[in-house]
Amino acid sequence: MRMDPKNLKVSIWRGTPDEGAYTDYAVPRKKSQTILDVVSFVQRYLEPSLSFRFACRVGMCGSCAMMVNGKPRWTCRTHVEKAVDGDKLVIAPLRNLPIIKDLACDMDVFFDKWTRAEARFYPTKNRDDDIEPVLPDNPARIYASQGIECINCAVCYAACDVVEKDPRYLGPAALNRAWTLMNDERDGAGIKRLRAVSGTGGCQSCHSQQGCMTYCPNELNPTLSIAGLKRMAVKAALKGEL
Amino acid sequence: MTEVRLYVLQRISAMVMAPLVMAHLALMIYAIQGGLSAAEILSRTQGSFWWGGYYGLFVAAVSIHGALGLRVIIREELKWPDAVLNTFTFGAGLVLLTLGLRAVMAVVL
Amino acid sequence: MMIRPHQKHPLWLAYKLHRLSGLALVLFLPAHFYVLGLALTDASALDGFLKWTSNPLVKIAEIGLVFLLAVHIFGGLRVLALEFLPWSAKQKTYAAMALATSFFVAISFLMNAI
Repeated sequence: MRMDPKNLKVSIWRGTPDEGAYTDYAVPRKKSQTILDVVSFVQRYLEPSLSFRFACRVGMCGSCAMMVNGKPRWTCRTHVEKAVDGDKLVIAPLRNLPIIKDLACDMDVFFDKWTRAEARFYPTKNRDDDIEPVLPDNPARIYASQGIECINCAVCYAACDVVEKDPRYLGPAALNRAWTLMNDERDGAGIKRLRAVSGTGGCQSCHSQQGCMTYCPNELNPTLSIAGLKRMAVKAALKGEL
Repeated sequence: MTEVRLYVLQRISAMVMAPLVMAHLALMIYAIQGGLSAAEILSRTQGSFWWGGYYGLFVAAVSIHGALGLRVIIREELKWPDAVLNTFTFGAGLVLLTLGLRAVMAVVL
Repeated sequence: MMIRPHQKHPLWLAYKLHRLSGLALVLFLPAHFYVLGLALTDASALDGFLKWTSNPLVKIAEIGLVFLLAVHIFGGLRVLALEFLPWSAKQKTYAAMALATSFFVAISFLMNAI
């Protein structure tokens, strides 16, 4: 089939949780076009009922994550030139998450696992206490800083095959956040969080495929964080705390 | 047994086996020269406490490691319910241990 | 077994090789133990079996097994390093080194088997 230099052949997944299929659209190629530009064009001029999410469109919020030619990406920060296969684009909702409609997936389970991993801050001081010093060259703080810029976009969750195969697996994002909190000098969850992340579906389920760190648009490394949690869990188990 | 303890068992059995496997590979590369025969093998292993100890340890470690590895694969690919999964993989470990120790006895006694 | 687009990176391949080699080894082991156990009950059967292993096809299978064992152990050492040593950015290099060493070991076996 001859490649059309002017138009992109875009296949977009459309449907509901019960049924769906790919629909093809022809989208004019433009200079410096992003995948989000392509999806927006389709919704504005070709298919007004297309559902999709975006917000900041500048790579800060993580709302626009979708599967682009089989890889999970932020569509606002993915230039067509980088992702296109000749002149073909296949756009689908994020893998491993239930679908609401078309390109919008249900993030509830992603955040439920966040909660189950105790990936929230447990304060230890109140306004009358002295502020806990946070020293930048403290090794624990360096670990925390490495992982802290997660914006919960679920790209890593979509990339992970363990998430795909094991519904109980908490996933790279929740575990990464748990690790940063375990390293936070102000946090008080301690063994409670360690227990939450080392049970069934916990950090031991990671097989270091490193899809998470390969695709994280913020260049975070959940595999590193999960390895850290594994070590913490082993130490606690050998001490009889876990 | 908790997931953490199973993980520890898996990693420890792996660490135990690392030198044992290296030795086994080197041994096989050496032993295969000029063909294999039962007489050759048995003449070295029969009556030997050290061969018994080496291979006995190897069998114990691989029974644990192999069974736990199977457990992960079955859980992720076949998605069996927990009770069935744990029973089956424990059984697999026992089968490996039994057959393995029998093999060790066969070449050492 | 199709490799999907999101799986097309070397560390996924390393994971898959490790899983497949482990599975092959754990399925092979009962047969291996059974054959060795023949020395107890039926020594002539063991000898007969060992004579059979001089068949070139069997030699190729043996080389394959040695390769799988090498892949699994060197890949396993890589995983142990990843999990218990401080993180290294050289993950892809280690995966490549593990695979290269496995080929070396398998070829050493081949050279001695023929």
